[in-house]
Amino acid sequence: MRDKDGKRRHIIGMLVENKTGVLARIAGLIASKGYNIESLSVGETLDPTVSRMTLVVRGDDWVIEQAVKQLNRLIDVIKVSDLTDEDLVERELILIRVNAEPTFRAEVLRIADIFRAKVVDVTPMTYTLELTGDEDKLDAFVELLKPYGIQEVVRTGKVVMVRGSKAVTKRYQEKLKQAAGKEMIVVAQQEEGNGQDLLR
Amino acid sequence: MKLTGSEILLRCLVEEGATTVFGHPGGAILHTYDVLPEHPIRHILCRHEQAAAHAAEGYYKASGKVGTVMVTSGPGACNTITGLTDALMDSMAIVVFSGQVPTAVMGCDAFQEADVVGTTRACTKHNYVVMKTEDIPRIVKEAYYISRSGRPGPVLVDLPKDILMGKAEFKGYPQEVNIRGYKPTLNGHIGQIRKAADLIAQAKRPIIYGGGGIIHSDAHQELQELVEITKTPITLTLMGLGAFPTDHPLWLGMLGMHGTYTANMGMIHCDVMIAVGSRFDDRVTGKLSEFGKQCKIIHIDIDPTSIRKNVKVDVPIVGDVKHVLAQLNQELRKVERDWAKEFEEWHAEIEEWKRRHPLRYDQKDGAIKPQYAIETIIRATEDKDPIISTGVGQHQMWAAQYYRSRRPRRWLTSGGLGTMGYGFPAAMGAQAAFPKDLVLCIDGDGSFQMTMQELAACVQYNLPVKVFIINNRYLGMVRQWQELFYGKNYSEVDLAVHPDFVKLAEAYGATGFRVERPEEMKAVVEKVVSTPGPVVVDVVVDREENCFPMIPAGAAIRDIIDVGDPIPEKLFQGIR
Repeated sequence: MRDKDGKRRHIIGMLVENKTGVLARIAGLIASKGYNIESLSVGETLDPTVSRMTLVVRGDDWVIEQAVKQLNRLIDVIKVSDLTDEDLVERELILIRVNAEPTFRAEVLRIADIFRAKVVDVTPMTYTLELTGDEDKLDAFVELLKPYGIQEVVRTGKVVMVRGSKAVTKRYQEKLKQAAGKEMIVVAQQEEGNGQDLLR
Repeated sequence: MKLTGSEILLRCLVEEGATTVFGHPGGAILHTYDVLPEHPIRHILCRHEQAAAHAAEGYYKASGKVGTVMVTSGPGACNTITGLTDALMDSMAIVVFSGQVPTAVMGCDAFQEADVVGTTRACTKHNYVVMKTEDIPRIVKEAYYISRSGRPGPVLVDLPKDILMGKAEFKGYPQEVNIRGYKPTLNGHIGQIRKAADLIAQAKRPIIYGGGGIIHSDAHQELQELVEITKTPITLTLMGLGAFPTDHPLWLGMLGMHGTYTANMGMIHCDVMIAVGSRFDDRVTGKLSEFGKQCKIIHIDIDPTSIRKNVKVDVPIVGDVKHVLAQLNQELRKVERDWAKEFEEWHAEIEEWKRRHPLRYDQKDGAIKPQYAIETIIRATEDKDPIISTGVGQHQMWAAQYYRSRRPRRWLTSGGLGTMGYGFPAAMGAQAAFPKDLVLCIDGDGSFQMTMQELAACVQYNLPVKVFIINNRYLGMVRQWQELFYGKNYSEVDLAVHPDFVKLAEAYGATGFRVERPEEMKAVVEKVVSTPGPVVVDVVVDREENCFPMIPAGAAIRDIIDVGDPIPEKLFQGIR
């Protein structure tokens, strides 16, 4: 979905070196474009020296294309892809502490049931609920709970995986093997996603 | 064998061939300086760390070998930032080793501490902080590799004191580098190259617009071949000067804001533009919305981020210019076409521009015209194949306009960042690389005073740089802009107080000359060239000469103001 000024939300997937200072380089680069990182999640991959980063940024396509190329240029970044237009499985986790006074305690629980949320903490006046899902589901859940009084919300930021049978790291390792010993040949413009398929 | 971090570092430098180091010692790096004399390394003690970084840039540009800088923590490292940024903008391969406070007190506001890795993240191609003594060899190897390969750039290695003092087993300098996140593309995509060749084969009015990338990849021969095969006229950017002989009939002169009329007209009347190792800087394109609309654009560059950054191109080719041009030439040799005949009309049009709009100035009796001074310096030394560096400002643009050369790596100037004070230390660095060559610095009076303290280093190490100060007692280019765009409001540009540059040179133990009359100019240049040791010449010139042609900032190329053209009032009001 685009704003009036043509900006839209981009999901950028990255494989990066798992060491100090890498996040600062990436954050610095995005900041230099004047863009705000809406969400960010980082975690180790099967290879403990490599981290997987998923970044959500709102911006226009052309600037994001530049940012992706510049991220790619960072020495500590192994691979970057703009996954926005890919067929993705996306998930986010939310924790909500919501008012649960005796008069509507059951109602809150019913809403949690409908969304298959879990109650992870209980006090006489509150419930803390845990829910996983895509962004729309989480937003709807928050909306429905608002009338009861939400005390606190914590969201993890998005993690995504491209649909399909082949694993990212496996494909990446195969590609590395091919590239070893010879220079990789890449077309700049990546017209048909050329060079972007590593993260699929 | 166990060695200290300092010994390992210096051994690695020797192995790397980095035997000339520009630097300045201080507390955090003292341990390394303590063992420096035991190693076959020539250290040049610069008087300011900024100058050390510029000297390393000059050393790199002239020799093609990565320049090396060694400084202490905090202020030492911070002083290199201008040089690092300059090197990043102009793709200069330098490696800076900075001392750092011991790891135990990092982040505690220790004496002479600065977060150097954090501060230089935005002005280096890559940087490191070494946290284990045994990592030094790998990091040094990677630093030099990253600096010189791909699109060259500056790399900084921060070395905490305890890491330099600590001991580790030295297993030798690594032979190979493997950085999985860094694999520069060398060869161009053959499909794209064929597309480019097809486009050129159908062109009626092609132009080559070359940049510094040609020099960095040593592709000048391939470039000449391209010109010879296709008879395509060629212009170069400020950074590309030297990549093509300036006496060739297809040479159009430099392009851009102060480029020749012919080169700029070529850019807006061509039907195919072949951009080679250049990056569509705003000083070249003028108003972006009117740039390159009439033509198809081929863009060859090693850095994918340069492509489509400012200008949408039709055929992008990512790769090393030398490789790509060789591939392209191979394709173009197969084309059966009488290029010279096909381009007859185009060549004639260009000749007409050249004839009607040459670079010119009017040297009457009286004050020396700066253009005359610069042209005389260049012509009178041409047969000695000098290395020429410049500061930044009017004198730089005139030097670029009148520059004559048949080979690359003899022209040093600060393009992207426009760093005043670059010229003199850069000349010093080039002289350190080529002690026997004639090295000239054509400088401004403003620029020279930013780094003139290096006269001491030049005298101390017998680096016989010849400096010509084109002295108009103004910050000339700023004054020109104030004249044209700010209603002659000469706010803070009058350099009313100067040192006596002749006495200054003598005070440092160098030789000084002054020239005030045009008829003396040639004789003085000849005298300077035959004077041993560093020389400073105070060339007193006409104060208010303006540099033309000029494309006002933000204007389109077609709005170029040639020498002698009236100044269009309206245009300037819009820009202001």
